[in-house]
Amino acid sequence: MIWVDTIIQGILLGGLYALFAAGLSLVFGIMRLVNLAHGDLIILASYLILILVTATGMNPFVAAIVAAPVLFALGWLLQRFVLNRTLGDDILPPLLVTFGLSIVLQNALLEGFSADSQRISLGALETASVSVGSLSFGVIPLLTFASAIGVILGLNQLFYRTGIGRAFRATSDDATTASLMGIRPNRVFATATGIAMIVVTISALYLGTRANFDPSIGPARLIYAFEAVIIGGLGSLWGTLAGGVIIGVAQTLGAAINPEWQILAGHVAFLVVLLVRPRGLFPRGND
Amino acid sequence: MSTYTVTTRTPASTVFGLCAVIVTGLLVVAPAIVGRGMIQDLFFILTMLTLAQFWNLLAGYGGLVSVGQQAFVGMGAYALFGAVILLGLDPVAAILVSGIAALILAVPTAYFAFRLQGAYFAIGTWVIAEVTRLSIAQWKAVGGGTGTSLPRSAMREMWGVEAIETLLGVRSSAARDILAYWLALALAVATIAGIYWLLRTKRGLALAAVRDNAEAAKSVGVDASRMKWIVFLVSAFGTGLAGGLIYLQKARISPDAAFSVTDWTAYVIFIVVIGGIGTIEGPIIGVLIFFLLQSLLADFGSWYLMILGLIGIAIMLFAPRGLWGLLSERTGLHLFPIRRRLTGGRFSDKET
Repeated sequence: MIWVDTIIQGILLGGLYALFAAGLSLVFGIMRLVNLAHGDLIILASYLILILVTATGMNPFVAAIVAAPVLFALGWLLQRFVLNRTLGDDILPPLLVTFGLSIVLQNALLEGFSADSQRISLGALETASVSVGSLSFGVIPLLTFASAIGVILGLNQLFYRTGIGRAFRATSDDATTASLMGIRPNRVFATATGIAMIVVTISALYLGTRANFDPSIGPARLIYAFEAVIIGGLGSLWGTLAGGVIIGVAQTLGAAINPEWQILAGHVAFLVVLLVRPRGLFPRGND
Repeated sequence: MSTYTVTTRTPASTVFGLCAVIVTGLLVVAPAIVGRGMIQDLFFILTMLTLAQFWNLLAGYGGLVSVGQQAFVGMGAYALFGAVILLGLDPVAAILVSGIAALILAVPTAYFAFRLQGAYFAIGTWVIAEVTRLSIAQWKAVGGGTGTSLPRSAMREMWGVEAIETLLGVRSSAARDILAYWLALALAVATIAGIYWLLRTKRGLALAAVRDNAEAAKSVGVDASRMKWIVFLVSAFGTGLAGGLIYLQKARISPDAAFSVTDWTAYVIFIVVIGGIGTIEGPIIGVLIFFLLQSLLADFGSWYLMILGLIGIAIMLFAPRGLWGLLSERTGLHLFPIRRRLTGGRFSDKET
């Protein structure tokens, strides 16, 4: 029974990783840009929510709603004025610029908030749980998983049911032709990164309420997100959820055997999938 | 009747070559002239230069942007500690074990990471570096997660230390620094000479062709994936040697320090980007600027890294070929020329 419980905890943890990965996947899918600062942006968003909560005493969920437009704007500006300049055939500029950004963000957060670990408090909700038979699930992990499904549903709706989604897909397929049809790729890219930052805000809310965070943990979140994306197969959001779940289950099973093996087990699961299915579990056409 | 000859040498490069020989000579005799602090600084500069040259070979010439070079630094360092502590090898001889261990790690790393393209390759190498760090932290014989030190006896009896003590009349600890410094100098010179030689051979031409256009290179018979393997393995070997040497000098190791992405990859990337990626001159200029910035800003802690990051971003956005790129664009200067030119014959420079 303990194993069933462990696996369920892992699946729910996978929801959090899928949230990390969804933002990364969105940006990559549209502009082939891998943002190495993605994890640090999540931590930045967690600190923003934390500041709002401690300064005004508002509920963390409300704080996330307040933070979302701010982070959307940040993402929009970052893409419009910095990252768009790096896009092109050469993969070096975007990689090195976002890597530089990651170092800058980490150290700015360290300067601003010290290396002490923080947590966003949710009061009674933190320990609340639901019991089904002999199993009990934390409300926050359940909410995280539900949010991951919600975000993926929402993004799929956005892609396939709206005008901006059409613009995203058109620009992703062929930016030059799309611009002949009156789409401005630079604006489309900026909007995409803005939306990715809203997903980042949602992930930051759960990251900050589930466990402690400090300025140095961003890169590890980037790595989990990346592993989820690769396991799922590039371009498939549902695949990304499956990837997140695989990493989550591997980590909780590893931790159940030996607490020191938690992170290692997740990485090993990733390498095994890479070995057996190099293009991921649910690859999309030709990419 | 005149004949054409293919040459890469230019007057400037000949003059520079002579200067380089003189500077290297001065660096060799430096321990007799300058103090121990300066020798330690020079050791740091030379080892960072070696790491930067190998990362530049990977990213600048091979197009393989790795963010996981700390795997090979850490692997090399731990192989050295393992060989000294468990096998009782002399630390100087163990440096070779460092290179070989990194080379062995590079084979599965390349096997996995080459399945990933471009940016995903970068994060893939990072994952493998993390896996190596977490696995090494489980190796209790070398201290597990907390790390360990080199045994004092091995340090005292290290090859050459006694000879340096009597030669320069210094204490044993200073003699060890000098030995490490000479090894670092030899490694840096061999690295630069080796990479320069590689780039001037047929393989170097193939490498440049793959970098500029992989499809076109393949169409004229260049085996692109073989070139990638060669570059990746050579870089891993050199990075492992440097890692072993760095930790031979530090004499104390822990997984977090030896596999630090900031120390062994972020710094190295900034050195190459600021100096000029894809040139041999770039990392040399980059490491000097990096050292200067570090001396000026070291007291500012995290501000220092922030400034370094911002400079890196600015260079990448506004001068992607780095400082050396700017200079060489304006002056046409190449200190390590690789371009082949035709001279002599009817259309030589003199007659036109």
